Amino acid sequence: MMEFRFEINGGDFSNAGMISSLVKKTLKQLNIDGMIIRRTVVALYEAEVNVVAHAYSGVVNVNIFPDKIKIKLTDKGTGIADIDLAMQQGYSTASPAVREMGFGAGMGLPNIKNNTDELNLESTVGVGTTLEFTNFFEPK
Amino acid sequence: MKQHYFNHALIFREDICIGCSHCMTACPTEAIRVKNGKAKLIDERCVDCGECYRVCPVGAITVDQNSLEEISNYEYPIALVPSVFSGQFPDNITHTEIIQSFYELGFSEVYEVEHSVDFVVEEYEKYLQKDHARPFISTFCPSVVRLIQVKFPTLIPNLLLLKAPLDYTALYARKKLLDQGVEPEKIGVFYITPCAAKIVAINSPVGEERSAINGALNMDYMFNKSFRIIKNGISSKNNTSKKPLSKQSICWSLTTGESSIFSNIRSLAIDEISNVLEFLEKVENDELDGIDFLELRACDESCAGGILCQGNRFLTAEKLRKRATYCETVEHKNKPKKEKEFFEMIDYLREHSEVQPIPARPIMKLDDNVVDAMNKMKRMYEVNKVLPQVDCGICGTPSCQSFAEDIVQGRAGIKQCVFVQRILEQNEKLLAGDSANIMKDIWGHKKLNKNSLRDELKDII
Repeated sequence: MMEFRFEINGGDFSNAGMISSLVKKTLKQLNIDGMIIRRTVVALYEAEVNVVAHAYSGVVNVNIFPDKIKIKLTDKGTGIADIDLAMQQGYSTASPAVREMGFGAGMGLPNIKNNTDELNLESTVGVGTTLEFTNFFEPK
Repeated sequence: MKQHYFNHALIFREDICIGCSHCMTACPTEAIRVKNGKAKLIDERCVDCGECYRVCPVGAITVDQNSLEEISNYEYPIALVPSVFSGQFPDNITHTEIIQSFYELGFSEVYEVEHSVDFVVEEYEKYLQKDHARPFISTFCPSVVRLIQVKFPTLIPNLLLLKAPLDYTALYARKKLLDQGVEPEKIGVFYITPCAAKIVAINSPVGEERSAINGALNMDYMFNKSFRIIKNGISSKNNTSKKPLSKQSICWSLTTGESSIFSNIRSLAIDEISNVLEFLEKVENDELDGIDFLELRACDESCAGGILCQGNRFLTAEKLRKRATYCETVEHKNKPKKEKEFFEMIDYLREHSEVQPIPARPIMKLDDNVVDAMNKMKRMYEVNKVLPQVDCGICGTPSCQSFAEDIVQGRAGIKQCVFVQRILEQNEKLLAGDSANIMKDIWGHKKLNKNSLRDELKDII
């Protein structure tokens, strides 16, 4: 098993995508199937942007096993009041400033769901959100 | 001969190489190492971009080409001249003179490569309607295709599987002679190439079985040949009255040549290989929103900046754009805009231009097996902790990262690092003589001969 830990600063849009790129490089070195890499990276990038857009700070734990990759994003932030609603395409609580930067189209969580095999989302309003997802290297 | 992943047109001449490592540092895919004082190419990592050729101070990297004499093997030698060729010449030399010089060099037919562009544009437009991974990525630049094969295999589904204008013009030129009853083996199609990547695409094409082109002649070599003839005065008068090219045809091989054509979609043009690398990372992360078409070219200023173009790339591009405007405003008045003849041959061209799927050739994997790859990666992290991260290249690899990888793959030993050597020497685990021998294995005996400083520099040492 391999473990990586990264930190994210809320509002730091210019660095969003850096973790996805690092994870992508690692998965390529491990000779993981291209489509699985792509799905993982798309999900991680969306999740990264979510933390940057909605939280004050966050931590990303990446665990790579021989058969799967497990990624957990824990943030301190506003939290999500209605998880079911947030999972709907087009729904967004992003501020106008965030939308102006081209983010916040309400595609984030549904897109993460589409690109992951297992997804778990927990949130407490005013405290923060924990998003955990797993992708398997062999299709199940 | 050894069976290679790729066939390369770039030849590393050991007899000329001084082992300076400029090429090693410049290579965007870290495909070069220094051993025994000479640069060595790792074939499967090379994408034929030619960045090494640009930086070599002694001309030790050459580009393989056919010789001009070979055209006499064919009764009907045809020259395919790209528009950037005429951009190499001074203003006082006319386009007609340039084309004429090829007839004098012995070609029976001369075509500008871009004659097929108007046809290609329609093929593109049809292709872009397809249900397809977005953004579409153009396959015009062979180096970009190879870069995607080795470093971004997940983007292979995005590649637009259509042939380039060069292939269509070659098919067209060939077919015209075949229709006149000429036997196929009597026709020799030669391309005047601005880069090494196109030569490789002709000799070992990716995504097609065999090329309609018989050989390539380097543009700098042909510039000299052509220039000399023009300077001595053109004598014969051949029929050069091919239709003038359209504006979009002349500009096709320049940056924005493809992307500016499709006004109904969002498209983007990026040139220069490090820009392309940076951008492909973003494409792979799905960070682009709403971009439908990507034109990616390995050279700065696209083909005007090809390694075999002797002219300045900015001036070449300017000349071409000027010619394009002229053609549009003057020559195309009252004339049909499209190359009708290509459209009349559409079924033949389509039938002979099918592109096979492009395979991935990943170079980044540490091992085929995930568990073994993970173990190697862990080892790499350990090794990396010891390395100085200076990327000095003294170990004979381009960076500490790539050195760590070479070590875990058994291609290098950790004592090749000068920093590690000094650490070991302080711990009396390595003798100065041993480290000198290690250095000699990398940089050759000449650079590290112990007698070379004795007399000349007595006063300062």
